[in-house]
Amino acid sequence: MEIHKKVKYEEELDSGFVDEIKEMSRCEEIDECIQCGTCSSSCPMAVYMDYTPRKIIAMIKSGFKDEALRSFTIWLCPSCYTCQVRCPSKIKITDVMYALKRKAIEEKVYPSRFAIPVLDRQMSRLIAKYGRNSEMWLILNLYLKSRNPFGLFKMAPLGLKLMKTGRMSLKKESIKDRKQLGALLKAIKEDTR
Amino acid sequence: MNGYVYYPGCSLKGSSRAYEESILPVFKEIGMPLQELEDWNCCGATAYFSVDDTMAAAVCGRNLALAEKAGKDIIAPCAGCYLTLKKSNIFLAGSQPKAAKILKDLKSVGCEYQGKVAVKHPLQVLSEDVGLPKIKELVRRPLKGLKVACYYGCQLVRPYTDFDDPDYPTKLDRLLEAVGAESVNYSAKTRCCGGSLTGTIEEVGLRLNYILLKEAKRKGADAIVTICPLCQFNLEITQDKAGRKYKDDVAMPILYFSQLLGLAMGIAKEDLGFSRSIVSLKPVWKKLKNGGTL
Ligand code: SF4
Ligand code: SF4
Repeated sequence: MEIHKKVKYEEELDSGFVDEIKEMSRCEEIDECIQCGTCSSSCPMAVYMDYTPRKIIAMIKSGFKDEALRSFTIWLCPSCYTCQVRCPSKIKITDVMYALKRKAIEEKVYPSRFAIPVLDRQMSRLIAKYGRNSEMWLILNLYLKSRNPFGLFKMAPLGLKLMKTGRMSLKKESIKDRKQLGALLKAIKEDTR
Repeated sequence: MNGYVYYPGCSLKGSSRAYEESILPVFKEIGMPLQELEDWNCCGATAYFSVDDTMAAAVCGRNLALAEKAGKDIIAPCAGCYLTLKKSNIFLAGSQPKAAKILKDLKSVGCEYQGKVAVKHPLQVLSEDVGLPKIKELVRRPLKGLKVACYYGCQLVRPYTDFDDPDYPTKLDRLLEAVGAESVNYSAKTRCCGGSLTGTIEEVGLRLNYILLKEAKRKGADAIVTICPLCQFNLEITQDKAGRKYKDDVAMPILYFSQLLGLAMGIAKEDLGFSRSIVSLKPVWKKLKNGGTL
């Protein structure tokens, strides 16, 4: 009979991952997790996640970098901060989730057609360029980039209701001083490189 | 700082106009008319922090600098903007080397920021600066007979807020009671509505909002009262589909707290953005008629 191991040995893990995430999330307390599960039991998304928040913290500590970064968990977290305010070890779990998202984008291992990271990136681009977010344009972009144009048809009845009540417009919003914002973001980019 | 400027954020200029249309008249009625922050930019919401947190803090920094220049503290009615601006404010005041860099870059483009601005939600200003006794004095039409479920959501009370409890806040309940409504014991008051998940993974969004709507129904509420545009939007647009999917009638008016305050203060019903609702508000009008308010 063939033997399958269900764990990873130390040499297959990334021992530096925990420090990277500690720095990115500005949360030094990750090591102090006692695996109590308060975060998972408080999390409204846990039932949809591939790894619960408690598991994600354990994975970071042990260096399961690939699994953590490729998880759906991080994208399902809408940052409600319930876990963060309840954690007895004062781990900033929500900020850790944010750090994992950024790391996953940086390393290009996020699910590129999954609507959530697509939305986050599109919206960030709109803001960097115009200083404002135009809801309607964001939605259009979302469906096109996640290659789900049919989703738009499903949304049409709602769209009509929102149009009727004056809650949706096709106008592209923008700040006046786009030059200043552009200069600011450029300076930041040069400074943090 | 001396007084407040109003930071609308993108939602209050778009899908949540009713919030702006009601919060401004309410502050006017109180004698604190609000000016909009000149050339404000989007706060970046949760999206920018998921992509690049330095840029995210910088765009918030620009808003804070603009407010400082105007010599005012910020009132941000959107709970998402409130949290994002507050988070960035705390970060920029901290000792991280990154914060110093951002401040330096802000200065280089003419947006010097010295960290003097406070970021507040209107609920905090109404409860603390104005106070319930003054608000009671302004009531012309007490909301007698109306039962409300006060829904705080997540971003207002966690994790930076210093004016209410993160798990079981009560400031909104007290405020609505002060204007004559009855607040039910709404145990889901800080449960998450899913934020933008409603638009990205519908199945999850429907379920989360169904739980919130059902709990309000179970407690006998006539309406859910919100303090956040995204919560209001989600609870409104999901109820029809959720009702069909789970074979349960969860139709219910979802109102901004400012709409009910305005009504109680005697501002005309037509001037508070009620017509922008996509669900029927009849249950509310009926109760208020029976109670003698309308
Ligand atoms: S609540 Fe905190 S200590 Fe408990 S399992 Fe979660 S992260 Fe670990
Ligand atoms: S912040 Fe994210 S991980 Fe934490 S409880 Fe909320 S959804 Fe779950």
